[in-house]
Amino acid sequence: MSGLALVGHQFRYDQKAFWRNPASVFFTVMFPVILFLILAVVFSGEDVDVRGGIEATTYYVPAIMSLAIISATMQTLAMTLVIAREDGRLKRGRGTPMPPWVFIAGRIGNSIVVALMMLVLLAAIGALFGADVPWERLPAILLALVVGAASFCCLGIALTAAIPSQDAAAAIVNALLLPLYFLSGVFIPEDQLPDGVIAFADLFPVRHFFDAFFDAYVPAGGSAVSWDNLAIVALWGVAGLLLAIRYFRWTPRSG
Amino acid sequence: MSDPVISIEGLRMSYGATEAVRGIDLDVHRGEIFAFLGPNGAGKTTTVEILEGYRKRSGGEVSVLGEDPERAGRGWRERIGIVLQSGRLDPYLTVRESLDLYAGYFRAPLPTVEVIALIGLEGKADERTSRLSGGQQRRLDVGMALVGDPELLFLDEPTTGFDPSARRQAWEVIAGLRDLGKTVFLTTHYMDEAQRLADRVTIIAAGRVVARGTPQDLGERESAETTIRYRAGGEEVVVQTRTPVETLHEITAAALAGGEPLEGLEVTRPSLEDVYLELTAEAVESPSDGRPGS
Repeated sequence: MSGLALVGHQFRYDQKAFWRNPASVFFTVMFPVILFLILAVVFSGEDVDVRGGIEATTYYVPAIMSLAIISATMQTLAMTLVIAREDGRLKRGRGTPMPPWVFIAGRIGNSIVVALMMLVLLAAIGALFGADVPWERLPAILLALVVGAASFCCLGIALTAAIPSQDAAAAIVNALLLPLYFLSGVFIPEDQLPDGVIAFADLFPVRHFFDAFFDAYVPAGGSAVSWDNLAIVALWGVAGLLLAIRYFRWTPRSG
Repeated sequence: MSDPVISIEGLRMSYGATEAVRGIDLDVHRGEIFAFLGPNGAGKTTTVEILEGYRKRSGGEVSVLGEDPERAGRGWRERIGIVLQSGRLDPYLTVRESLDLYAGYFRAPLPTVEVIALIGLEGKADERTSRLSGGQQRRLDVGMALVGDPELLFLDEPTTGFDPSARRQAWEVIAGLRDLGKTVFLTTHYMDEAQRLADRVTIIAAGRVVARGTPQDLGERESAETTIRYRAGGEEVVVQTRTPVETLHEITAAALAGGEPLEGLEVTRPSLEDVYLELTAEAVESPSDGRPGS
């Protein structure tokens, strides 16, 4: 098989394994949907004081989409790669003629397809709650998705180097991401957060990605493409890529 | 028996100040099952991982299928199969899917159904790997190493931790590899496994070769003494001898002349296990610092 055909081959089995894994399906697919439904019901009819005032449901669609994209990419990759590494599955794969990059490309493909699917699913559910899909902004939305998904994939792969064991994976990933979701205005609208909080969150990529995705999705803003935010997210992605190339390991840390 | 499939000369491997492998020489010939036997920490896994191209050696010459594993590429990997000492399977794929996935990595794989038959998992082909027993998972692991139709297979302690029936089934699969014309490099710390499967055995301890030969040769070492044991007048008598026929003749002649029965008369040769334990104990007693767990 050629390189690209091999990636397709690997991707098919990664998809099978993803959809059969109850933890993946729950945390990556179900959890963002449930979260959106709860927030949409609790805050229905309320306004958020952003961009001259928008409905809470309109605010939460891009917020939860950002979370879902990060979950499908960074979180899924960090967890499944650490588990595969500690199981010895990465090491076994390296003993075959398959080029190592094919394996990683298959996993990234899996993450991006799931992220795209979550975008469609959340857009549809959001529309039921009155958050119209901004079709005219589709190119900007897809650009934000691709830059964000690629960057958070790199960060997820880099993060595996800091995770020593399977048991530590979920704890470390959640300890990093959950506070950042709160501080970046994903759970609590940013008009209710003190200024210092957002300034602090601006040091990390979650806030910039949410900002960029928000600009793309909510028509109230100016330009649909938030180049400065996307550039910062991409820089984080490049940093992740360099760290991943330097520190990613194929052999188990334990044993 | 032409050119060796694996040839090692003066292999050394150090981890910092610790020398795990201290000068090993060996050849493995085409079509044989070669057992690399030694206690835990003797340097077996270090050596096999150097042969598989996972580790860079500190010194010595290594050739596997005519190439240096440190520099060998994809074409070389098409020709070898590896079963790691510990490696779990993707729990969400079935037996057939796991094999199909690996088959896709190779240019000329064996048909998956053939591999399933070879590893005796016909009834489990569509079962998820998480629902297989430990022994069945290990056989699938062998199948995944076999699906690329390699010339040479590395099996690193394939039956460690198995119950007797799972070991027997794994042994049948490994013995079957010889009939397929495969060359097998097997590491084990079980003497009976080497005895049962291998054409030739090399025993290492503390990073050095302490004995080599066929399983029969090793059992008939010159130094091995025969033990004669019996009871006479209620006392247990034990005689160690290098000339068992003569000694036994003297004892039985005396017993017949004296009309005294030799109760519980027993003549035993040292088992391979005894030879192995004696050899490896000698090596470990000499000053050494073999890396544990490697």
